[in-house]
Amino acid sequence: MNKTVLDVKNLSIQYKTDLETVYAVNGISFSLEAGETLGLVGETGAGKTTTALGILGLLPERTARITGGEILLKEQDLLKLKEQEMQKVRGSRISMIFQDPMTALNPVLPIGQQIGEALYLHNDEGLTQKQIEQRVEETLELVGIPKARKVEYPHQFSGGMRQRVVIAIALICNPDILVADEPTTALDVTIQAQILTIIRDLQKKYKTTVIMITHDLGVVAETCDKVGVMYGGKIVEYGALEDIFTDKEHHPYTEGLFRSLPSLTGNSRRLQPIEGLMPDPTVKPEGCWFAPRCGQCMEICKKEAPPVWEDDAHKIRCHLFHQKAKGGE
Amino acid sequence: MYKYVAKRLLYMIPVLLGVAFLVFTILSLTPGDPGSIILGITAKPEEIAALNAEFGYDKPFFVRFFSYIGDVVLHFDLGTSYQSRQPVIQDIIARFPNTFWLTVFSMSAAAIIGIVLGILSAVKQYTALDQSLVVIALIFASVPGFWLGLMLMLLFSMKLGILPSYGADSLRAFILPTITVCMSSAASLLRLTRSAMLETVRQDYIRTAKAKGASGKRVIWKHALRNAMLPVVTTLGTNFGASLGGAIIAETVFAMPGMGTLITTAIRQKDIPVVMGATLFLAALFSLVILIVDVLYAFIDPRIKAKYQNGGKRRE
Repeated sequence: MNKTVLDVKNLSIQYKTDLETVYAVNGISFSLEAGETLGLVGETGAGKTTTALGILGLLPERTARITGGEILLKEQDLLKLKEQEMQKVRGSRISMIFQDPMTALNPVLPIGQQIGEALYLHNDEGLTQKQIEQRVEETLELVGIPKARKVEYPHQFSGGMRQRVVIAIALICNPDILVADEPTTALDVTIQAQILTIIRDLQKKYKTTVIMITHDLGVVAETCDKVGVMYGGKIVEYGALEDIFTDKEHHPYTEGLFRSLPSLTGNSRRLQPIEGLMPDPTVKPEGCWFAPRCGQCMEICKKEAPPVWEDDAHKIRCHLFHQKAKGGE
Repeated sequence: MYKYVAKRLLYMIPVLLGVAFLVFTILSLTPGDPGSIILGITAKPEEIAALNAEFGYDKPFFVRFFSYIGDVVLHFDLGTSYQSRQPVIQDIIARFPNTFWLTVFSMSAAAIIGIVLGILSAVKQYTALDQSLVVIALIFASVPGFWLGLMLMLLFSMKLGILPSYGADSLRAFILPTITVCMSSAASLLRLTRSAMLETVRQDYIRTAKAKGASGKRVIWKHALRNAMLPVVTTLGTNFGASLGGAIIAETVFAMPGMGTLITTAIRQKDIPVVMGATLFLAALFSLVILIVDVLYAFIDPRIKAKYQNGGKRRE
C-alpha cells in the first residue's frame, strides 16, 4: 500500500514567447502513494493546471518548456519518454478529468464511441470490438448513466451527465493516476456533490491515486488525504489534510484562504479577502512571492526566498517560522 | 427530416417567384425593344411594331408578367426564343451539360486540392510549407479569372499547343476552363479549411482526445476534421451553385457554349424568354444545391440533425 506511485521532483515549467517569459511552475515537489488523493489548491494563475498538463505531457508545444525536474511514475521518468511512448501512458496509466464538461466532449461523436476510444487505443488485453462495447456499457453504469444512452451525442446530455461521461473516459482503462482539474467548478452544487461521490467511490474501488485540482477548500476537505497550497507556481504549504485544516502553524497565504471562506457554524462575519492580486508571473521576484500581499511581511521576506520549514510531513515555505524558531532558542 | 426537406422545397416557390419578378422587371426597364433589335435600324416602324405585337411585347408589364408565369406554372412552358424561334427549353438542354460538367470537374478538383492542402497547411502550421501554401492561395484567390484563363490559353494552346483553346467537343477542351474556374475556389477552400482546422484543434475536446492517448494523426482525422468541415461544406456548396450560373467568364474566354454565354447573349439581344427561362432554371438548381448542403450538415453534425427533426426546438 505504501509504495510511491507518482513522485514529482522540483518541477519547473515556463511559457516562452518572443515577448516575455511566464514562470508558471517554479520547482514543485510532491509524492503520492497508491490510493491517495492530493489536493492542489490555489487561486487562478497559481500554476495548478500547468502542473497537471505537465504531468500528462499535454503542454502547448510551441510555448511551454519544462525547465527542470523529474516526474517519476513508478520510477520511470515521464519527461524522458518520447511522444509515442507518452501516448501509451496517457489515458491508460494517467488520465485526466477536465474542468468544463460542456466543451470537453466531441460534439459529432456518440459518447459510447468516445468512451470506447480510450480502451481501443490501449487495448493491451486484445479485447474484441464486442468486449470493448461491453466494457463501455459497464463503465457507463458505474458512473450512473443508463447503458442504452451510449449511442447518444453530447448535446443530448446535461452538464452533470457530460461530466460523468468525461469521468467514464478517464476511468475505463483503470489508470494508476487520475488528474481531476477542477472537475466540479462548472457544475451546480447538488451535481458537484454527486460527481465528487462518484470520483471517490471509484477511487476506493480501483485504488486510483488522484490529484484533485481545485480552488474550493470544501472539495479538498471532502476528498483529499494530502494538500498542497500553491502560490505563484510554488507549493507554499504542504501537508496531510489534518495539518492544513487544524489550528496549527500555517503559511500566511493559507490563513488568508481560510479567512476568505464563510463559516457555517460560527457567528456570521464579514469575509476577509486577501488584498491584492497574484504577482506578475513574468517577473521573478527576489524574495518571497507572497510578500507584497502578506500581512506579516518582514524585511527579509523582500530580499531572500524563504526556506522550507518542516514539522514531520508538514512543510511551510515561509521566513516566519524560522525567525520564531531562532527567537525561541 | 423528410418533413424538413418538404418544407424547404415549398420555400423554393416564393423564392423563384421573386427571382422571376426581379429579372422580368429589370429586363423591362432596360431601354430598347426586341423588335428593333432583331430587325435592325433599317426596318420600318410598322414592321417593328408588328413583330413586337407578335411577341406580345406591346401589352402592359403586368399582363406580360402574369401570362409568362401562367405559361410556366400551368403548361411547364418556358416560352420561345425571340431570336431562334426555338423553345427555350431546347437551348437550355443543349447548353446546360457543358456548364454542368465544367462545374462538376472544377468543384471536385477545388474540393480535393483545397481541403487536402488546407489540412496539410494547418497541421504544419508555421512551417515553410504552410507559409508558401498560404501565399500561393492568396495569389490564386486574388488573380482575376479572365486573366488566368488567357494566360493558360497563351501557355498551353499558343506556346505549347497541347490543349485546345475553345469549344466543348472533347474532354480535353474542358481542361483549361476547369483549371480557370477551379483555382480561385480551391484557394478560398484552402484558406477556409486551414483556419477552420486551426480553430478546431484549439477546442477542449481535442485536448480530451489527446489525454486519451490518441496520436496526432488520429486527433486530426477522427476528431478535428468533421468538426472543421461545416464552414467548408457551406462554401463548397455556394461555390458549386454560383459556378453553375457564373462560369460566364471561363465560358466566354474559352468560347464554350454554356449557360453563362447563353444568358449574356440573350441579355444583349433582349431575348426575354431565354433570359427568364435560363435564370429560373439556374435559380431552382441553386436552391436545390443549397438544400443538399443543408441536408449534408445533418450528417456531419448530429446537433443540426436534432434541430431538423424537432422543427427547430432543442431537446433538453
